Amino acid sequence: MSAAETKAPAPPVSVPPPAHHDTPRAAAGRAPRRRAGAYLPYALIAPTVVAIAAVFLWPLVKTVIMSFQDVGRRELWTGQAAEWVGFEQFTNILGDGEFWDVVWRTVLFMVACVVATMGVGLLLAQAMQRMSTWIRLALTAALVAAWSMPLLVATSIFRWFADSDYGVVNMVLTKYLGLDFRGHNWWIDPKQGFLIIAAVVIWGAIPFVTITLYAALTQVPRELEEAAALDGAGAFGVFRYVTWPVIKPVFQMVATLSVIWDFNVFGQVFLMRGNEPEPEYSLLGIYSFEKAFESNSFSQGAAISLITVLLLSGVAVYYLRQLLKIGEVE
Amino acid sequence: MSATTSTRPGPPARPAPPRPGRRPAPRPDRKKKSRHVYNLVGVVALLVMAFPVYWLVVSALRPNHEIRSYDQTLWPSSITFDNFKRAIDAPNFGSAIQSSLIICVTAVVGAMLLSTIAAFAIGRFHFTGRKAFMITLLVIQLLPPTAMLIPIYIQLNGLGALNEYWGVIVIYLVSALPFATWMIRGFVINIPKELEESAMVDGCSRMGAFWRVIFPLLAPGLAAASIFSLINAWNEYLLAYVVLQDNDKYTLNVWLMNFTTSRGVDYGALMAASTLIALPVVVFFMFVQKKMASGLTSGAVKG
Repeated sequence: MSAAETKAPAPPVSVPPPAHHDTPRAAAGRAPRRRAGAYLPYALIAPTVVAIAAVFLWPLVKTVIMSFQDVGRRELWTGQAAEWVGFEQFTNILGDGEFWDVVWRTVLFMVACVVATMGVGLLLAQAMQRMSTWIRLALTAALVAAWSMPLLVATSIFRWFADSDYGVVNMVLTKYLGLDFRGHNWWIDPKQGFLIIAAVVIWGAIPFVTITLYAALTQVPRELEEAAALDGAGAFGVFRYVTWPVIKPVFQMVATLSVIWDFNVFGQVFLMRGNEPEPEYSLLGIYSFEKAFESNSFSQGAAISLITVLLLSGVAVYYLRQLLKIGEVE
Repeated sequence: MSATTSTRPGPPARPAPPRPGRRPAPRPDRKKKSRHVYNLVGVVALLVMAFPVYWLVVSALRPNHEIRSYDQTLWPSSITFDNFKRAIDAPNFGSAIQSSLIICVTAVVGAMLLSTIAAFAIGRFHFTGRKAFMITLLVIQLLPPTAMLIPIYIQLNGLGALNEYWGVIVIYLVSALPFATWMIRGFVINIPKELEESAMVDGCSRMGAFWRVIFPLLAPGLAAASIFSLINAWNEYLLAYVVLQDNDKYTLNVWLMNFTTSRGVDYGALMAASTLIALPVVVFFMFVQKKMASGLTSGAVKG
């Protein structure tokens, strides 16, 4: 217990305590003496490396190759060599107005979800610090329960909320708010439909964000906040100059992850629309899936996936730099 | 110092429990008033977050005529297990449980084996390429799963693994590796090197020292990592949906889609079945929730 206790004041997102990193170095110091053991670590990681190469890296390479070919149903089932088409898939996709609609829709949806999640998460985490203990405990339990709901189950629940005949949303709006939502179909207008989808995405993301930010907030020294308040800083000043610098690394990390996750939202849309989303509900993942598995143009699907990966790689690099900066990869 | 508390000693490892020492010191009346505001925020958030879960359980227990009624009520007029009965009697429930168990358990056991030895390597040895390996583990988890679906599908098709358990098992197994390796490594670096060395001085071989000394201390880490992997595999549906084609091979998640037909949705049975599927997840999740937060931010990413 003592080890963990003494490290408690360290900044959040575990800046790894230096003591632990003596171990690898100690091993390195011994390396020359134990020649035979020099290959041992490679032997130990070999199975994982091979497995990952086969299931992740090869498909990634395959995606690149396929997007320069034309793989359709025929090539898939007969094993016939696919034709090389150069940049044709990309010029087709990038020249397609629908593709750009999908990109903007995805970006807009992602930004809306991330802003809402991070905003609510931060406010809630701050409120959690200041509320009575038993309310905080109850809230934590609710957050964990929501967090543990499988995506499939959560989506089914929200889909039912929005059901036109028997949904709670329509009933509450009609009965208690005096609006006429009897039999209202939320899916005809994609703007309203995405409201429901965003609701399930945000609801599912808030627990992780809130609990993590709350953990970060507990690392802010209470004395500093009090000193700042005594010196005349307002609530905002205290947050801006005392709280924020401490929680910033965690906040950035969580925000980056949210960007990646919300950009890749797939299941919520797919399941809400009964496994066959209408074109107006296409996000990038759905669009690529449909091109591949509905239109049987696997190459188009692969090319769209590749574009998605490239779009996200900037964010991924930023995330990795954050991790390297706080010394997580040591 | 027990191995459980020393996991990745970074603070987020213990996010939830209240810290009595951190409670704001008694303040003047102004502060007391604002405490009520925060309590109100807390209660509202609590209701919003808990309501869908409550609705799931209540609907599963509600008689069907209440479900198909325009006036939904907060409390069910009577409790019935009809929905559960319909869900369990639905075709292929048994085979779906069997499929899910076979696939998830095999994948998790395999993943634990591979990731433990890999985690031991990166946690104990300093070798060229170690950092590159670790960064690869992180990058892989940032790849959008849907982007990988197409080439994986084609690959499985080429290997004749479509509609076979082993195709899904291999993919689930490898998908669990980066996360599990990263997590178990956190436990490895917290086990003092000296323990192992003294075992070797006392005559253990390196393997002997690993199995007799390190492995037992890793048990909590392995438990946590396998629960994570189990939950992830249990919740996966897209790959299973694409790869498994026979009704009697469907996993529970794919089977669950049977309740959503083009003719309408049997919400009562759907909610009952969902409750059954979510129940083990919720129970397991309670055990590892605290490590989840730290695991996710410290690089073991899983979307």
